[in-house]
Amino acid sequence: MDAIFLQFLNGLDKGGAYALIALGLTLVFGTLGVVNFAHGALFMLGAFCAVTLRKILTMQKVVLDEENLTAWGTPTEIRTTYVETWFGDFGTQLVNYSVPLAILLAIPVMLVVGVVMERGLIKHFYRRPHAEQILVTFGLAIVLQEIIKHYFGANPIPQPMPSNLAGAADIGVMMGMDPNIIVYPWWRLVYFAFSVIVIGAVFAFLQFTTFGMVVRAGMADRETVGLIGIDIDKRFTAMFGLAAVVAGVAGVMYTPLLPPDYHLGMDFLVLTFVVVVVGGMGSLPGAVLAGFMLGILQSFASMTEIKAIIPGIDQIIIYLVAVIILLVRPRGLLGRKGVMES
Amino acid sequence: MTERKDGPSRRRVLKGAAAGLVTAGVAPTIITSAYAQEYRNKPTGDSVTLGFNVPQTGSYADEGADELRAFELAVEHLNGEGDGGMLNTMQPSSLTGNGILGKKVAYVTGDTQTKSDAARASAKRMIEKDGALMISGGSSSGVAIAVQGLCQEMGTIFMAGLTHSNDTTGKDKRRYGFRHFFNAYMSGAALGPVLGEEYGTDRRAYHLTADYTWGWTQEESMKNATEALGWETVETVKTPVGAGDFSQYITPVLNSGADVLILNHYGRDMVNSLTQAVQFGLRDRQANGKDFQIVVPLFSRLMAQGAGDNIKGILGSTNWNWSLQDAGSQAFVKSFGAKYGFPPSMAAHTCYVQTLLYADACERAGSFYPPDVIRALEGHKFDGMGNGATEYRAEDHQCFKDVLVVRGSENPTSQFDLLNVVKQVPRSQVEYDASIFGGELGPYEVSM
Repeated sequence: MDAIFLQFLNGLDKGGAYALIALGLTLVFGTLGVVNFAHGALFMLGAFCAVTLRKILTMQKVVLDEENLTAWGTPTEIRTTYVETWFGDFGTQLVNYSVPLAILLAIPVMLVVGVVMERGLIKHFYRRPHAEQILVTFGLAIVLQEIIKHYFGANPIPQPMPSNLAGAADIGVMMGMDPNIIVYPWWRLVYFAFSVIVIGAVFAFLQFTTFGMVVRAGMADRETVGLIGIDIDKRFTAMFGLAAVVAGVAGVMYTPLLPPDYHLGMDFLVLTFVVVVVGGMGSLPGAVLAGFMLGILQSFASMTEIKAIIPGIDQIIIYLVAVIILLVRPRGLLGRKGVMES
Repeated sequence: MTERKDGPSRRRVLKGAAAGLVTAGVAPTIITSAYAQEYRNKPTGDSVTLGFNVPQTGSYADEGADELRAFELAVEHLNGEGDGGMLNTMQPSSLTGNGILGKKVAYVTGDTQTKSDAARASAKRMIEKDGALMISGGSSSGVAIAVQGLCQEMGTIFMAGLTHSNDTTGKDKRRYGFRHFFNAYMSGAALGPVLGEEYGTDRRAYHLTADYTWGWTQEESMKNATEALGWETVETVKTPVGAGDFSQYITPVLNSGADVLILNHYGRDMVNSLTQAVQFGLRDRQANGKDFQIVVPLFSRLMAQGAGDNIKGILGSTNWNWSLQDAGSQAFVKSFGAKYGFPPSMAAHTCYVQTLLYADACERAGSFYPPDVIRALEGHKFDGMGNGATEYRAEDHQCFKDVLVVRGSENPTSQFDLLNVVKQVPRSQVEYDASIFGGELGPYEVSM
């Protein structure tokens, strides 16, 4: 029972990441009609906002110690962190909280990246076939990851979570069980809560603001909205920026779970496209539902008991479920008629 | 009575026999030698080209870059540039800093991408188009085995880089392939006794294993070594290479009854699985009345950087570490550090040594002719290149030398001080019978 509960928790935090990326993908597809294969790269760029902020916060003053030499005969380096020297304990806390603080950096950076990407490249492909959109955005993703590799190297770069969230929560004790039966990392619980908040905020923005109402109207009937004098293109550009921000902050918060490297986006890209298709192209609730559902299924499929019955099922479960769902419901779980059917 | 003179005289019989012997024995040698001088990429000018096949893109690009630095340094030293590095400590040595057999050493590079097909294609290109006489490098057993097979077909010597699977010099060994790096069996044999000393003989181990040739042989070796100690293997679980998030494989460990987690992972998988295992509180956990332990059988300093603080106190094994104090290691670290500003990795060390060993074998053979060079390497004993006295065993082309058991530094004194040597396990403890892993080396002579 405890194993099932733990795998359920695993599925929730994994599903949270899938849902956040798929949400951004669906926003772009629903508004602009663009199949954006560079969306995974936006998740990766967000993660590298966290890396960059930490690099800035941990910049060090280097003093050469001429009396002590390295094994290769050069003076050893004595390093002190500027921030900690200048601000003392406050500086130490800044470094400690570098990952959550990086959200403040990622929001404007990703907004700019999203808008520039849309205005500079994507808009030229609005009326082109989806195959061409896929090719150009996939190419863009490769360019972005090679740029990151050039500046940050190919190795993963660890990003520690705040020290007070580094341990594991004894959820079993909270539920009246013996200690150490159900323990789960604090940061994974934080990530799940974070993904729920971000998803809720995006839905609230679209549901309860005038801007969101216009965007939804544009998604339903772009021409009619244009006919009443609203510049829907600008709003859709803003939505592309918003999708980039959602992917970026998701990437920032994921860094303590998976030390980021240049390839991080590609690791998620295919999976999240499956999530979008299973949820129904253009359906925001469908993307979220499918994200969590596939995350949970993937976790359960990794259980030893399940793998003993069907070896290797953990590696194909998502695609297997996708095939079954698409056979039963060709438009996905919550897909609407007419989307990608022209 | 008249003596018959018409039969064969004793002298004629002897002359005939001698002529026959000469024809049967010497002539083929002459013919073979004449034929033998014609081989692929025989150097005709004043230089000889070596091919360095390393991952320049992909997940192991940083390791590949370090290998390439080592190759460049080795070429410099062979050509008499720089401080000479291990040319000054290698014993015995026929190298003089005058290239190889008087020919200046040049090199070309290829990108393995850590993919077998790409690695074979780049090796083939270097052999066929660039005229490479020897291929070296790589950061994966899958790649090493694939390239080694190609080199056997093409009659080009392959001096493997970082490859740790037993199969490379076991069931997939080849006459034209040589491995200086240690293997999974040696990791198990070296780590086993240290694990017994540190964690006792009453332990229950859970394995997470990368699902490919290296992972399988690493798991088998660790399983054999720990079970020989009296440990029980609770479960062995294969994980997909590049899984990223290992949480669904780690949670079953929590209540499995195991008190040791052995991570048969390398590279990004090692970084991710170790980081996540620590996040799940495994290192702070008690199981069966003991402190829970994590073991990483194959450590690399470059990869350890990715795991950050999570590597502290974790036991593992490594082929070589820059902190070794023998003259060869110090000479190499000094040359490499002076040129690049940081110490070399174990991948760099093995690639540097392999290049020098190949060059030395050519000098000793007095020829670039591959079968002669192979014979010079087979059974060759040397010292002064780190890890003490070493032998290239003739039966499987595996180097035997001391193996290092290391622990993640608790209090690093620099950004490079990530692994502390716990024990230098003597070669005798990690040796094994070449026949246990099967395989056939194949012929010396191959048709071009």
